[in-house]
Amino acid sequence: MKKLWMNGDTIITGLIKISGYSSILFVTLILIFLLREGLPALVNIPLDSLFSTRWYPTEGYFGILPLISGTLLVTITATLVALPFGIGTAVYLSEVAPAWIKEILKPIIEILAGIPSVVLGFIGILVLVPFVRTTFNLPTGLSGFTGAIILGLIAIPTIVSIAEDALNNVPSSYRQASLALGATKWQTIWGVTLPAAKTGVLTAVMLGVGRALGETMAVMMVTGNAPVMPEGLNAIILPLRTMTATVASEMGEVAQGSTHYQALFFIGIFLFILSLIVNVAANWVSSRQLKRSERILS
Amino acid sequence: MRKCLFFFLAGILLLTGCSSGGSSVSTGAETGAYIQDMGSDTIVNLALGWAERYQESHPEVRISVTGGGSGTGITALINKTIDIANASRQIKTEEMEAAKAAGLDPQEFVVARDAIAVIVNPENPVQQLSLEQLSLIYTGEITNWKEVGGEDRPIVKLSRESNSGTHVYFLEAVIRKGIKGDTTIFSADTLLLPSSEGIIAEVRDNPNAIGYDGLGYVTDEVKIVAVSGLMSPDQYVIPSIETVNNNTYPISRDLYMYTPGTPSGAVKDFLDWILSDEAQTIVKELGFVPILSQ
Repeated sequence: MKKLWMNGDTIITGLIKISGYSSILFVTLILIFLLREGLPALVNIPLDSLFSTRWYPTEGYFGILPLISGTLLVTITATLVALPFGIGTAVYLSEVAPAWIKEILKPIIEILAGIPSVVLGFIGILVLVPFVRTTFNLPTGLSGFTGAIILGLIAIPTIVSIAEDALNNVPSSYRQASLALGATKWQTIWGVTLPAAKTGVLTAVMLGVGRALGETMAVMMVTGNAPVMPEGLNAIILPLRTMTATVASEMGEVAQGSTHYQALFFIGIFLFILSLIVNVAANWVSSRQLKRSERILS
Repeated sequence: MRKCLFFFLAGILLLTGCSSGGSSVSTGAETGAYIQDMGSDTIVNLALGWAERYQESHPEVRISVTGGGSGTGITALINKTIDIANASRQIKTEEMEAAKAAGLDPQEFVVARDAIAVIVNPENPVQQLSLEQLSLIYTGEITNWKEVGGEDRPIVKLSRESNSGTHVYFLEAVIRKGIKGDTTIFSADTLLLPSSEGIIAEVRDNPNAIGYDGLGYVTDEVKIVAVSGLMSPDQYVIPSIETVNNNTYPISRDLYMYTPGTPSGAVKDFLDWILSDEAQTIVKELGFVPILSQ
């Protein structure tokens, strides 16, 4: 009887172990596949052509710079949009809101996370695009800024839920001590609770950035997809084209193994590296902070 | 409990979001032939119309129709996953070579004709444009409506994505004015929208916008511009069935279906029926131009 239990135990532990390792295997296989399909682009397209400013692959223009700058511009602006709202909501939920409001707000934010991005893109086209055009008197509302607002909306739930967890993990003795010393509620939030939860909040922001970076459908619908090279700060209010939208809209038509196909996979490699950087940065931030807090506690 | 309700609502939202995405239709009898038809988004509504009517009289045949773009359809034909590819442009030489390399012998059928309408916002006073002006607008030489007789407004150029047959046709027939070997391309700030609906929506809302789309997709909410050809630059023509068939409207084209080899059986019957008067009436109903019966 006991022996049977032991066997069951080893089997289950083994299965869990396999599923744990399988993610490493999948990432490695994806990376190998990306590199195999994408790296030939470096051979078949001259470097000065690949890093030029014109993208029109059906006629042999393979410049990926406007796509990279488009992705960076939209992602950074989306972060700027999502940051105050996301952290503000998290602080409100964890520090200010009474329990019953929290009960209502949290599920609503979870619903926001569950709305498919196509739906957000559709609302973007019908509501946000005309609004942005008339409000800022732009030639067209199909712009990077409109995309950044939608992406911000998509990133906010991620930021809120992780940042709120981080704030909840701050021991309540910190707040009590601060309030006992005569600090106001706001002074406590700004001076004690937020800095104490800095690690988790930064991780939340990084994961939000990662979410915005990889989003495709909504961006494709509202940014206008014009591969324009930015010439100044006003580039964000003009149409632009992101890497994800390019891969999504062009992958269906290319012949396998063609130069265009390889160029799209090369863009895939680039995206992979970008999101790797964001994730490593998030990890680095949290581990560095952890060490510091361990030092203080010891 | 309240939480459960919210999750339930979120679930409904997810489901409705997903179901609006699909566009394939397959009805009909359990047994019998099954035809897979895929390609041009211009033709997809027309092909659906044909498939529905044909299946009424031929319940033993099931036809599934999907969009995706002409390039997508022809790629699927080469990959041997479909029976008929719809294309709003002719098969390219390299696609033909790829098909031959895959052991196929693609056959071409002209199934209808289509006019590309140039559309602007109803508030825009511009009534007519020459092919030359259209080319200059889309290459970025003309950037303000006042240069073509309109108000002092910037021109926002809209186009379909490059996997669209309409995009390729517009590039060759308008931007390059039909000149072989010309390598002019769209200016980089041309907006590439993923759907016909996106183009119509933006032109409807934005008085700066100019766009183009198949005549069958143009709604009353936008204004069609009269276009003059290179041969007779002073004769501006509004696209219609008459002006396409008497060749006075300069931007019209044939719509194609491709089969992997010489069609036989159910596919052949379906293609023969498409060229019949009954099927060509549907072409007219959907705003396309029927091919003239000889």
